[in-house]
Amino acid sequence: MPVIFDLAEAVIQGEPARVGELTRRQIAAGVAPKTILDDGLIAGMTVVGDRFRVHEIFLPDVLLAAKAMYAGMDELRPLLVRDGIPSLGKVVIGSVKGDLHDIGKNLVGILLKGAGFDVIDLGHDVAPERMVQTAEEHGAAVIGMSALLTTTMPVMGEVVKQLKAKGLAGKVRTIVGGAPVTEAFAQEIGADAYGFDAGNAVDVVKGLVGRR
Amino acid sequence: MNEILTFTAAEVAPAREAVLAQLGMPPLVALPPRTEELIAAAAALFAEHVAPTGVMSELPPEVFAQVYRGEGRNAPTSPVEIIAARAEHLALFAVTLGQGIGDALGRLFAAEDFALAYTLDAMASVAADGAAETVERRFASALRARGWAAPDGAALRYSPGYCGWDVTGQRRLFATLEPGRIGLTLTDSCLMQPLKSVSGVLIAGPRAIHRFSPTYDFCDRCETRTCRNRLVALYTSLRA
Repeated sequence: MPVIFDLAEAVIQGEPARVGELTRRQIAAGVAPKTILDDGLIAGMTVVGDRFRVHEIFLPDVLLAAKAMYAGMDELRPLLVRDGIPSLGKVVIGSVKGDLHDIGKNLVGILLKGAGFDVIDLGHDVAPERMVQTAEEHGAAVIGMSALLTTTMPVMGEVVKQLKAKGLAGKVRTIVGGAPVTEAFAQEIGADAYGFDAGNAVDVVKGLVGRR
Repeated sequence: MNEILTFTAAEVAPAREAVLAQLGMPPLVALPPRTEELIAAAAALFAEHVAPTGVMSELPPEVFAQVYRGEGRNAPTSPVEIIAARAEHLALFAVTLGQGIGDALGRLFAAEDFALAYTLDAMASVAADGAAETVERRFASALRARGWAAPDGAALRYSPGYCGWDVTGQRRLFATLEPGRIGLTLTDSCLMQPLKSVSGVLIAGPRAIHRFSPTYDFCDRCETRTCRNRLVALYTSLRA
């Protein structure tokens, strides 16, 4: 079996040490970094995501696989930067101002990275200005916002307004999510998309950047 | 009754099935050894960092009516106000697992130990609810010890942010209950800190007063649907 398949399997099995080792072996063998990324690490995470969707595996398995993939990315990242290989796109994520819940947003970030996106996680309690400014500075394609409280949901609308005011609407797309957030609310505030859970959010972001 | 509450380790120990459900795993699924290891590691961290405490304060109906009214943002009608109007006893309560769990979670995420972080988080969420259930039982026991003659009585909790009681109701609840004495604070957006905390009202009365049909407008948008489980439990006990 080619080593690249072993690498994907090690990601699926959630084995960080083995993923790191196999990635180094592939690099040493002269395999193109983009090939290692696409056919090894992302291929493994894609299988994990598919199995998760059909309930063959569960959240802990996905998270162990993500940790394993990160071990490979740590080896690969300098080479991807050196070769100027772009990610699927940059996504700025954060829990909106006033909200300190991180769990759902973190999971979206983990899965986005696993899918090949470059994620800039601003954490929680993030002001609209900071989200917009970060997206502008980094040339992000998408801003992902999470809110767990009805009191903080309106902040999402403020981000959309600020993007419009800066002429960035359409260039920087927006996706919203969180327990009290609905598709109707997303439409009401003019967000580009709504993700009903972390897995769905990744699919939606892929759609927003035209990579689905 | 206005007291600080302490909990035994057993009272907040999260049930395995509930933790698995919180992680989105079905019951009776055979877990791989690595998941068993995760659960064991999370349980050890939980035991190390949990510091559960609570506060409970009885209050008359007219005072609760003011607390419930809050800032006037509740749903036009809600089961909470209907049930509370039929209550025999009312108490505000708050429980927290302490800041240690949140700090441990922060460290795990920083170390990219996601699986352990999510397992610990699930455990803490279940435990916080478990602590609140313990308070329900203690309130009912205390009332019975005082001569509450309600053989079919039950004390159930309702919290701001659920069942039509707007989350901004936390402000009046906190001002009345003063849970700062157990280290619990409220942010401007009505979020409790530490995060693994539960607050609300305990409503005691005949079990039948808690029955309601979950057909309010806000029920359609409800993600938790925990009231269904509680209603099922009530119906079952009423039939028994």
